[in-house]
Amino acid sequence: MTIVAKDLVWGVRQKTIVDSVSLTVAKGETLGLIGPNGSGKSSLLRLLAGLKQPQSGQVEILGQDIARVPRRALARQVAFVQQDTTTDTNLSVRDVVRLGRTPHRSALSGWTETDRAVVLAALERVNMNGHIAQGWQTLSGGERQRVHIARALAQTPQVMFLDEPTNHLDIHHQIEILRVIRDLELTSVIALHDLNLAAMFCDRIVVLDGGTVRACGTPEAVLTQQLLRDVFKVEADVECSLTGSPHIRFRAQ
Amino acid sequence: MKIADRNEAGAGWLAILLGISMIVLVVSVALAAAIGDYSIGVDTVFLAVTNGLGLTHADIPPIEQSVVWDLRLSRALVAALAGAGLAICGVILQALLRNALAEPFVLGVSAGASTGAVAVIVLGIGAGSVSLSLGAFAGAFCAFGMVALLSNGATSGPNHTILAGVAASQLFNALTAYIVTTSGNAQQARDVMFWLLGSFGGVRWPDFQLLVIVVFLGLVICLLMARSLDAFTFGDEDAAALGVPVARIRLILFGVTAMVTATIVSMVGTIGFVGLVVPHAARYLVGPLHLRLLPASAAIGAIFLVLADIASRVVADQQTIPIGVVTAMVGVPFFAIILYRAKPQQ
Ligand SMILES: Nc1ncnc2c1ncn2[C@@H]1O[C@H](COP(=O)(O)OP(=O)(O)OP(=O)(O)O)[C@@H](O)[C@H]1O
Ligand SMILES: [Mg+2]
Repeated sequence: MTIVAKDLVWGVRQKTIVDSVSLTVAKGETLGLIGPNGSGKSSLLRLLAGLKQPQSGQVEILGQDIARVPRRALARQVAFVQQDTTTDTNLSVRDVVRLGRTPHRSALSGWTETDRAVVLAALERVNMNGHIAQGWQTLSGGERQRVHIARALAQTPQVMFLDEPTNHLDIHHQIEILRVIRDLELTSVIALHDLNLAAMFCDRIVVLDGGTVRACGTPEAVLTQQLLRDVFKVEADVECSLTGSPHIRFRAQ
Repeated sequence: MKIADRNEAGAGWLAILLGISMIVLVVSVALAAAIGDYSIGVDTVFLAVTNGLGLTHADIPPIEQSVVWDLRLSRALVAALAGAGLAICGVILQALLRNALAEPFVLGVSAGASTGAVAVIVLGIGAGSVSLSLGAFAGAFCAFGMVALLSNGATSGPNHTILAGVAASQLFNALTAYIVTTSGNAQQARDVMFWLLGSFGGVRWPDFQLLVIVVFLGLVICLLMARSLDAFTFGDEDAAALGVPVARIRLILFGVTAMVTATIVSMVGTIGFVGLVVPHAARYLVGPLHLRLLPASAAIGAIFLVLADIASRVVADQQTIPIGVVTAMVGVPFFAIILYRAKPQQ
């Protein structure tokens, strides 16, 4: 198992936001994290990536307790793509992606051939190599998102956490990005709102509701009419598509 | 496009800029040593400097030797170091607080230093210029300590830290005003005002020796952390995700800025504007990456304050205008040009 989370609990004051969540992700697997707004997806991802300390429980990544791994060493193996990030600094696209090399470089070392090649390859992966010299401020929302994914790829991680990476993307790039992530030799956990995309690209799905795991399993097993009604409060028909993954058709009423 | 090109031009462009800066700086310092109430030829300045360094034993009037070596050269070099130090602190704070308006005094250091200095001048705690500096330094660190406490060691987020700085500044400014109004006479109040606006009047070689150590040490530490500073571009959490030990870096860098700022303030008062504007000017020239921004800011800050010091001595006859007044008067038009030219092209 690449990621093992045991009994994670995190909250603020009286409110428990992530409530004894346990999960495992196998090497190379893509795990989808779905749930209504405020169900704790982003919080759980932060705990898994070591950006927040859980009140109890622990996370092991590649066999190591992440609370004991130094930040820099962790960042060489684990990348995190935030839900929304902005800056006032006008870096170029290339400089932003180069930030992904931070954990691999020492304080004053120059750029190696590997660094250069990795940065270029990452930009090509997300189809942004035509914008290398453009200023970050001038990018469209979807382009920014893709640059951030490129930056995460430039970390050459083995594990990647993505918080709603397909926000702002057009349908072509939604599918393209998820395909890139699935096809890479990466273990990934992706928070998603589009249930059909989750069904298409995730090997397994975890459903969060009110901070607890409501269901966990393959898309076919998890995405049932009953669960959609209980958790998401919607009426929907679930069909089996030609590829075997479930397809959800929502009803207006 | 332009910005990116500048970042790419990289080391070569920076080397040229720093080379030119060094030449301009040397010329400025030479001018600063030549110009004044008692004006001295540049050739005599050169000889006085080589004499002072023990390289030559040229025969020049002792008074000119003394004016150049004992008074003006040390003063010009302190001005250069103060400019460099304030500019570096501005860069660091703008990066850590992710705020374009951050400057070295945002954490209450200048207000604290003023209170300390006023306590010495007005209340007469201790005596002489050494204790004035010590008082200012102690006050600066009190204020910084208060900010560190209020913001949980600066871990509560940039805006929280800035607010803590505002609170500390207000408190210490009020204390200063209280001390001045209750126990000061008119002359003392004037002294205090003058000191608050900054002055290179009293600096001598020992000040230079201390400042050169503090500023260079600060610059080296900041350069070693330049890569981490870049990672703060998208915020603290993002920096952590890129492997930066955020809490530690913050604490070290806030400590360095407090140390450098407090040292400068305790010697020459609170010289505003340099720490705010020079980083922006440098960013315009070399882009936002810190490995280039830090040395460029240091160079520009040094030149700027040496020139401002010359201006402060020659603008009004027989009067030395406070350096803070000059930096603002010279700096604002210069800054306006940059703001205008850096307008985003739509
Ligand atoms: N620091 C905090 N203080 C108080 N409440 C918080 C804090 N962080 C998160 N919460 C609350 O915890 C809940 C879960 O937040 P989280 O961001 O994890 O949700 P999410 O599942 O990612 O939602 P979304 O789909 O909208 O992104 C929300 O109700 C949020 O208001
Ligand atoms: Mg979220």
